[in-house]
Amino acid sequence: MSSLIHARGLVKRFGSFTAVDGIDVDVRPGEAFGFLGPNGAGKSSTMRMIGCVSPPTEGVLEILGMDPRRDGPAIRARLGVCPQLDNLDVELTVRENLTTYARFFGIPRAVARARAAELLDFVQLTERADSQVEPLSGGMKRRLTIARALVNEPDIVLLDEPTTGLDPQARHLVWERLFRLKQQGVTLVLTTHYMDEAEQLCDRLVVMDGGRIVAQDSPRALIERYSTREVVELRFTADDQGSYAEKLSGIAERFEVLPDRILLYVADGDDALAEVHRRELSPASALVRRSSLEDVFLHLTGRTLVD
Amino acid sequence: MTSVLEYHLVHYRRTWRSSVLSTLLLPLLTMVGFGLGVGGYVTAGIDGVSYLDWMVPGLIASTAVQTVIGEATWPVLSYFEWLKVYFAQAAAPLRPADILGGHLAFMMFRVLLSVTAFLVIAAAFGTLRSPWAVAVLPISVLVGLAVAAPVVAYSASIRSDSYLAILIRFAVLPMSLFSGVFFPIDSLHPVLRAVAWVLPLSHGVDLSRAATLGVNPGLDGLWQLLYLLVWCAGGWLLALSRFRRRLVV
Amino acid sequence: MTARNVTALGSAYWLVMLGGFLEPVLYLFSIGVGVGALIGDITLPGGEVVGYAAFVAPAMLASSAMSGALAETTFNFFGKMKFMRLYDGMLATPIRPIEIALGELTWAMIRGSLYSAAFLVIMVLMDLTTPLRALAAFPATVLTGFAFGAAGMATATLIRSWQDFDLIGSAQFALFLFSGTFVPATAYPEVVRWVVEASPLYRAVDLVRGITTGTVGWVQVLDVLYLLALMALCLTVAGRRMNKLLCK
Repeated sequence: MSSLIHARGLVKRFGSFTAVDGIDVDVRPGEAFGFLGPNGAGKSSTMRMIGCVSPPTEGVLEILGMDPRRDGPAIRARLGVCPQLDNLDVELTVRENLTTYARFFGIPRAVARARAAELLDFVQLTERADSQVEPLSGGMKRRLTIARALVNEPDIVLLDEPTTGLDPQARHLVWERLFRLKQQGVTLVLTTHYMDEAEQLCDRLVVMDGGRIVAQDSPRALIERYSTREVVELRFTADDQGSYAEKLSGIAERFEVLPDRILLYVADGDDALAEVHRRELSPASALVRRSSLEDVFLHLTGRTLVD
Repeated sequence: MTSVLEYHLVHYRRTWRSSVLSTLLLPLLTMVGFGLGVGGYVTAGIDGVSYLDWMVPGLIASTAVQTVIGEATWPVLSYFEWLKVYFAQAAAPLRPADILGGHLAFMMFRVLLSVTAFLVIAAAFGTLRSPWAVAVLPISVLVGLAVAAPVVAYSASIRSDSYLAILIRFAVLPMSLFSGVFFPIDSLHPVLRAVAWVLPLSHGVDLSRAATLGVNPGLDGLWQLLYLLVWCAGGWLLALSRFRRRLVV
Repeated sequence: MTARNVTALGSAYWLVMLGGFLEPVLYLFSIGVGVGALIGDITLPGGEVVGYAAFVAPAMLASSAMSGALAETTFNFFGKMKFMRLYDGMLATPIRPIEIALGELTWAMIRGSLYSAAFLVIMVLMDLTTPLRALAAFPATVLTGFAFGAAGMATATLIRSWQDFDLIGSAQFALFLFSGTFVPATAYPEVVRWVVEASPLYRAVDLVRGITTGTVGWVQVLDVLYLLALMALCLTVAGRRMNKLLCK
């Protein structure tokens, strides 16, 4: 069996609420695999099942060839988990957070100390090694949480929304570190509701909505399959964007009318924009861009990812 | 489980200072204020023993309880609700029993620490009348666990710290005041007396008193030990089921 | 300010409030009645002899007025100032810091007075004082509450972190034990006695005890002046420190 994570018909219910509604997933060694979807799509519930802290309600789930229902501790010994909200011990130092956590994996003290030093270097926190965690910035705390997830040299690293809540600079620093991990051959499994994050990091991803998988492929293949090459974004000053849709008919393969703008899905954006101007429709602003996963998601679910 | 204990010890290295006040200084002040101050007016003594000598073993058992209460309430709530420390531990290859057991072991460590210090000081005051006084150490651990385990279960069941204030004011404080630490349980109204004997502290006080005064507790003492063990076991099962429900969902 | 505090009450909070009232009653029964049975009667400094429970009860009353006022001011005040950022929002309106402080204090007083009144009723029911004396003691407990409420606010402006609350709690407990609460100050060695008699809780206990046991003299006038002076001093400190902390 070549997949590290293998799920068939995986279901998670909380009472009468179905968080994950029968998904099939295979994660291969060395790839970065993403779960993309809006809040409430079932991404975190899926991650918690993979993290062996939440027993599946139904279906098959195998992780590293083992059954999480039975071998939870053995599987967790080979996972690294970076949760959505940092749960570091803010009263300990940066270094102590790593060394005490390493001990939970039965790693000898000397090894734990050496590994902590390496990891602090990797996440660029060596200078803060002996300061308390409390005053660290959000980005530093997240990098420390990532370092903690690596303390047992895991086969799979689970990252639940690794950059949610960080400022753009801190996000890029985290991405850069995760990209280096990927280059080192570590298997990454992450959830995100940021399409740029998914495009940056993921070799393959699934798009989730309402507990189900609605599409599955590489970011590029998904864009090719579910969207056009380019998108024209038009904003009109009139309150009713919808009334313009009729006047635009024939220009694009497909429209999406959003409350604040109209998206035209076309092969050539400049051509389409020229046609808009020829019809003497004067948008307040117009933007031509390449298609993104956001467009894929919009097409598949009829909704935007981040509201 | 030992790695969890180790974690709490590392953490304690950062925070022990503030706990010295509440777990050592306050009981000592109580010993001086009550044992010597009020004791000066109890001219007849109790059961042929001076009030100070009679009260100190009770105060030690009560200190063991205060020590675990400090650790089994706010920290447990916070490790679930605010700091999420337990969830971080659950992501490692630890089972709920390891996480719970490690934290309880740490509480017992703290009981040993404060009770040992108290015993040394009580000896300096000359209030320990028998070498059996060392038996107060295991007795304190036993009564500490008998209180800690069910209190951890309670703290793991609530979502707001208002409920901790309720526990302390409606259960812990009355138990501390009416379990025979300051005056004999026999003088209580029969109903209150029965309540005092149901709660664990009174048995810890009784056993500790027998130890420092060098009185043979006899078969009753054995039953009291067993009764405290029942509290430990029942509390452990309750707490473990709460931990499982919170950590594995 | 006071209105906001009242509306923030939930049902759990009411239980906590009831617990605050219960605390001195439990002490009264445990120490006053339980230990009192071992002690019998006690002689006041003026020579009058009273039962031990009648001796301890006014001290529990004054102590609970103190701890209620301190809890409501130090803990809540510091929390709101440091973490809830509630005051920042209020300062955007044209309210001066000291007005906020006085609003807080009024709230602490309403709560504390309820406790005191209930406790006085219990004292009358247990025949530890007469209804008339209880009525006279009520304003004395309100004064005690105001003095310690002001002290609590001044302290709250000096607190650095949550760890400092252990210090405050310990200081409070030491006051509770040694302010002539459980034994007369005359039981202590001369030097200790002077320290004890200079402490604020001792003055409050002396005042309330003088009234409930019907042994009021000139000393009680001194007690009142002492508590008024303490309140004025602490309010001044609190007002200045708040200006410095919040309006920078």
